[in-house]
Amino acid sequence: MAERRYIDAINLAHHEEFARDDRVVVLGEDVGRKGGVFGATAGLLEKYGEERVIDAPLAESSIAGVAIGMAANGLLPIAEFQFADFIHPAFNQIVSEAARMRYRSNNAFGCPVVFRTPYGGSHGTALYHSQSIEAFYAHVPGIKVVAPATPYDAKGLLKSAVRDPDPVLFLEHKRMYRIVKGEVPDDDYTVPIGPAAVRREGKDLSVFAYGWMLHEALQAAETLAGEGIDAEVVDVRTLAPLDTTTILHSVAKTNRALIVYEDNRFCGYGAEIAALIAEEAFYDLDAPVIRLGGPDVPGIPFSKPLEEWFFIDRHKIADAIRRLAAL
Amino acid sequence: MSAMEAKPRVSARHAQLGLSDRDVLEMYYYIALARALDERMWVLQRAGKAMFVISGPGHEGCQVAAMWPMDKAQDWFVPFYRSIAACLVKGMTPTDILLGLFARAADPSSGGRQMPGHYGHPRVKILSTSSPVGTQYPHAVGIAYAARVRRTGEVTMVAIGDGGTSQGDVHEAMNWAGLYRLPVIFVVENNAYAISVPLHKQVAGGSIAARAAGYGFPGVVADGSDVLECYRVARDAYERAKRGEGPMLLEFQVPRLGSHSSDDQQERYRTKDEIEADRARDPLRVFGAYLESVGLLTDTVRQEIAARVRREIDQATEAAERAPLPEPASAARYVFFEGR
Ligand SMILES: Cc1ncc(C[n+]2csc(CCOP(=O)(O)OP(=O)(O)O)c2C)c(N)n1
Repeated sequence: MAERRYIDAINLAHHEEFARDDRVVVLGEDVGRKGGVFGATAGLLEKYGEERVIDAPLAESSIAGVAIGMAANGLLPIAEFQFADFIHPAFNQIVSEAARMRYRSNNAFGCPVVFRTPYGGSHGTALYHSQSIEAFYAHVPGIKVVAPATPYDAKGLLKSAVRDPDPVLFLEHKRMYRIVKGEVPDDDYTVPIGPAAVRREGKDLSVFAYGWMLHEALQAAETLAGEGIDAEVVDVRTLAPLDTTTILHSVAKTNRALIVYEDNRFCGYGAEIAALIAEEAFYDLDAPVIRLGGPDVPGIPFSKPLEEWFFIDRHKIADAIRRLAAL
Repeated sequence: MSAMEAKPRVSARHAQLGLSDRDVLEMYYYIALARALDERMWVLQRAGKAMFVISGPGHEGCQVAAMWPMDKAQDWFVPFYRSIAACLVKGMTPTDILLGLFARAADPSSGGRQMPGHYGHPRVKILSTSSPVGTQYPHAVGIAYAARVRRTGEVTMVAIGDGGTSQGDVHEAMNWAGLYRLPVIFVVENNAYAISVPLHKQVAGGSIAARAAGYGFPGVVADGSDVLECYRVARDAYERAKRGEGPMLLEFQVPRLGSHSSDDQQERYRTKDEIEADRARDPLRVFGAYLESVGLLTDTVRQEIAARVRREIDQATEAAERAPLPEPASAARYVFFEGR
């Protein structure tokens, strides 16, 4: 088993799926010769040629829309969007067309497309290269939304997404690409879309996170272990459909819940988990559910102090955990 | 039908285009069928039996003509809400259409989930359509791209109205198709209105067909009432696509014989004269007159066709009305794949 970076796990999943099934194609801006701006599709063009590795025109709505048509006619397209911030022009194609295709046709047509995109804040990426978009899409029934946090999951979930008969929005927090490393087997394994994963067992409270926030939360949990607070950390991993069982099970065990997400706090994804716990686990709770979300400003500002003000890091999470533990 | 067996007249326009007498009478039948179905739907709506109608009176001629060269079983069609005649030629039945009007469980387009006019039919390769206009253009391009990769030889036709061409998706799709020289035929049925907004407030430069040049493929205009001319350009586009030479844009200028939908009254924003002028261009009449002039549409034949159409529509109405509504709980199904 090899230790691999997150981005390399994504790249490996592409190579394996391309080799496994010749219906798999990738389309997106710069995915061909350049191999994607982050290298997710590197080496595919050389091996599989221009017909399957498509440098799309710079037009996101059509990248999504053409992928939908390809899927209707027997291909398994992976549509890459350079940054989640630029997926907005394709919003209508993804939510009105891909997510609703099966339902609206009463099961006559499906839409096995993977929409892949880097999202989230990284240093110096500012308003239009930092957005968290998961809540927009998780809101719509008919599309699955995944946000793997480890290289192992990235490969396994991407392979599941390619093989899934329904559309999957595959979110890669860009801060993880080169920093996060982990064991990634060379064999053909998949990680199922759906189940969450308990990354750290604990008994005092539960922290729910995904993507880069998972890593910050795990760090915070380690710090607090030294202070005598034993936090359980759950990697939500699949945002839609949500694994409510694992979440409720964790709350039943710890009786306290903190949800950490980088998106704007208001109407953000964490609200759904908070509501779930309020509705289903009220009598398990020893304290109110706490959400630690991004500030409600329209984006992450560029200048370093402004950026730091926005970012949720291990320190802010540790503070929230202390607050929750004291309630 | 006796007259359909008649010998082709070599001098006639249709014969020069390689269409038999049987072909053109069958085309006329489809135009008449679509028109009668359309009228039936409005009657049903006025009678309170249907909630909503959106149809295409005036569009039938170019639709039948454009679909005629296509292979019904093999090729793809990506429709819009006025594509009733095209869908009939492609293989949907009047019953299929009326099951959608009545939102019955057996409606092949959506099982009664979508409003009427949102056609789709997997067996005859008509892709499911949604309501936002223009979204279907990129789908057609993706289908055509897949046909290329899978070496199926399929040609894809996609249709839209003139107003719909203002959407970005339409331009993005044509750009793709031009870049990759895909086997796709872009049809625009220009009835000069997008609900109440006239063409000159919708299309800068005045011509839709001219835009194709910017995408690197030919665009042509045809009079949508001239069924044979529509057929000629569609056949050229089809053969071109088959030869691997890429897409073509067909702009059919059609009369608009009805309001936008059953929720609209065009008399509020169009003059009487204009509406009258459109009536004179009715493809059913114009094509009928042509077929009369070449001796094909005799009174007997006309009556035979009218009787066949009436019979089929009566039977379809009865069958569709009798068909059961969907089970309420079935509304929860098919959000995701449920297994093979
Ligand atoms: C994206 C979107 N915006 C608005 C509408 C509402 N709408 C439905 S049809 C239509 C007019 C379309 O006109 P045109 O494309 O010229 O076709 P026509 O109805 O005249 O055949 C409008 C505005 C819609 N369906 N989709």
